[in-house]
Amino acid sequence: MAFVSIFVPNFMVQAVVRSEPGLRDRALALVDGTSSIQTVIGLNEAASKAGVKLAMTKSQAQQFGEIEVRHRARTQEKIAYAALLDLGWSVSPRVEDTAADTIVLDLAGLAGLFGSEESIAGKLAEGATRLGFTTQIATASNLDAAILASRAFAGITVIPAGKESILIGKVPASALSPSMEVRETLERWGVHTCAALAALPVLQLSERLGQEGVRLHEWARARSTRAMVLAQPAIYFEEAMELEHAVAEIEPLSFLLGRLLGQLCARLAKRSLAAGVIRVRFELEPSLEVDIPLINDDPHYYRPVPSIYERTFCLAVPMGDSTKLLKLLILHLQADAPPAPVLKIILAAEAARPRVSQGGLFCPISPDPEKVELTLARLAKLVGAANIGSPELLDTHRPEGFRMLRFVPNRDSVDTRRPVRRSSSGKEAAMTEKVEISTEKDCKTAFRVFRPALAARVEVRQGCPARVAFPGVRGRVVAASGPWRGSGDWWSEDAWQTEEWDIEIHFDAPSPSRLPEQIENTGVKAGPQRGVYRLFYDLTRQEWFVRGAYD
Amino acid sequence: MARNLTALRSQIESVLARRIPAPFMPCNFKAVETVSAGIPATDGLTGGLPRGGITEICGPSCSGRTSLLMAALASRTAEAEACAFIDGRDAFDPYSAEATGVELNQLLWVRCRNIDQALRAADLVLHGGGFGLVALDLGDIPAEVVRYVPLNVWFRFRRAVEHTPTIFLVIEQEPHAKTCASLVLRMETGAAHWLKTTPDGQEVIRHPHACLFAGSLLRAEVLRNRVQPVSRACFDRGSPSVTLESKYRPTGRG
Repeated sequence: MAFVSIFVPNFMVQAVVRSEPGLRDRALALVDGTSSIQTVIGLNEAASKAGVKLAMTKSQAQQFGEIEVRHRARTQEKIAYAALLDLGWSVSPRVEDTAADTIVLDLAGLAGLFGSEESIAGKLAEGATRLGFTTQIATASNLDAAILASRAFAGITVIPAGKESILIGKVPASALSPSMEVRETLERWGVHTCAALAALPVLQLSERLGQEGVRLHEWARARSTRAMVLAQPAIYFEEAMELEHAVAEIEPLSFLLGRLLGQLCARLAKRSLAAGVIRVRFELEPSLEVDIPLINDDPHYYRPVPSIYERTFCLAVPMGDSTKLLKLLILHLQADAPPAPVLKIILAAEAARPRVSQGGLFCPISPDPEKVELTLARLAKLVGAANIGSPELLDTHRPEGFRMLRFVPNRDSVDTRRPVRRSSSGKEAAMTEKVEISTEKDCKTAFRVFRPALAARVEVRQGCPARVAFPGVRGRVVAASGPWRGSGDWWSEDAWQTEEWDIEIHFDAPSPSRLPEQIENTGVKAGPQRGVYRLFYDLTRQEWFVRGAYD
Repeated sequence: MARNLTALRSQIESVLARRIPAPFMPCNFKAVETVSAGIPATDGLTGGLPRGGITEICGPSCSGRTSLLMAALASRTAEAEACAFIDGRDAFDPYSAEATGVELNQLLWVRCRNIDQALRAADLVLHGGGFGLVALDLGDIPAEVVRYVPLNVWFRFRRAVEHTPTIFLVIEQEPHAKTCASLVLRMETGAAHWLKTTPDGQEVIRHPHACLFAGSLLRAEVLRNRVQPVSRACFDRGSPSVTLESKYRPTGRG
């Protein structure tokens, strides 16, 4: 059995640098504490060379020339640690979240898949670099020995089985993280390395240092045995970024979103997953917007802009391509921009299994689902999200009884959403009995709807429309079928009750085109000599309307 | 000189006959694939709808343009192909479409408010690719307005669909794509058919206005067909046209 430990030295600093890669080559000091006393709690090598030391105050650190001073970012640390765990799960299903900067992987049974321990460690180091970390990695057959070696030695350390005590013996005793009291005692005794500590008799050590001494002695001998405490893999991925200055434009925001999406997709890819749902949350700069005064006559009436902007994008197919996801996000943000400048970005993804499909020679023509998502987002920006989709008929006789669903091209089946229709109305029943059912060879008459229905002037003789005029059309009714009565929703406020007629109109020559703007644009123009329309009398409003034309 | 050229040409053709059947034809010539429009009569007239080309169906209101389009959509969606309907004036009736056999879950419906939106939406859908049939409905937009669409827009559409399996079908009042169109059909209104008695001669309903709309006669005429020559058998009194009987089947709408 072998274990590999991944240690991220100076984790707090690396977490900040990961979110701001521009700081990598600059002297950086992290400060924390109350606003009155802020002290340096972390610094990189460049800052250390410049003379900055831990526990200095912020003002002292700022005196060392070009030092970048940042506040400790706990959110970034949390996200960076989650990314580190993802790296572990990309190799082994058994991962322990040992400490805030250390994880341990169980390598049992992975040799056949990834090769030797050394190659696995190399792979992990490569993955960590891609995630923006500089790591120290050690493998050993003893779990605690691997942790100690990773914290003590830079780069990759491979400890052969049985040689743990020799290598761990060179590790300073302070690397065992003893308490302050025990550390002073060990220094007084002249015990500086693990080898020196391991050489002490355990019984006497126990008498003098208690249980802590025994535990440190076991670690120093690299003989400790304990079970791994496994971490549970997360299916929710999050990346965040706090901005020094608020961003108001979409274009600079897209760069930041691109970076976060890149990190998110890299983490998803490490776990062989893709994003099924993307959640965007912006913390906005507090501001006021002008509103129309409703109560008082003050023309400068302001109300606060919401401080949070939150949107959820459900993807039709799981996607792992950060470029395509960025395009989608930008299109959505352009259509529905945040109302105030952005101060903090939180991007989260719900993981899903990536789509696995293989095109076939005999598959029907269907667009690539990922391309369709982009096309739909572009169309939504153009005509509005409510105006695109595939219609689904509702179980109602109300005119326009349908709703728009998300369009998802389906390669396999073609009949999944047929609604259950109610029993036929009187007219349908009559037609079903009397008219022969059309065969495949027939051309079936289609109907065009006028939205909204056109108001009509109707002359009624003997209970039947005789002459009809509506924008663009005026003529004599030569045949009419009706009235076909319909009503519904009488229990609600939007009750409807109509009498429908199918009418054939012979136009008064010359007939203008149908719509009012056509008349405006073209004047009177020769049109069809006859046409069949659907007319209805709204009993609630006591008015005539034309619903559409048979075309 | 001309005789020498003819002789030379025939000599080259005879030499290359085994390897290259037509050496003087453009080498990239490729037979255009056509598919059924869903109505055998129009298929016989036109040879089917060409893939990778623009098909225009023009005619006045109530002339059967939408019926023809719905038949084509039903035919394509029945083959599980994804289709798109760019609705220039929001005139699509889902109930009617379903009654004509269109599989609504295979249809992307884009509801536009004006011709500008419709053209841009069509451009996006065509460049997105992958659709079996893309229909652009400009049937309710005045011909005078559509005439202002620059010809390069139609060229752009043609370039977007050529060498793809997409059928781009445009409904309008007059043909406007000019040379960009592979097939142009003009529809004309015929007489409406009203049913007053059952086949066995009984009255439908005892009511003074008792009759039922049962469909209408339509006439389809080919104005342009660059894909296949029109069969002489389909000519009706010397003109490439056919008369269709459009049957109405109630949709169960309110």
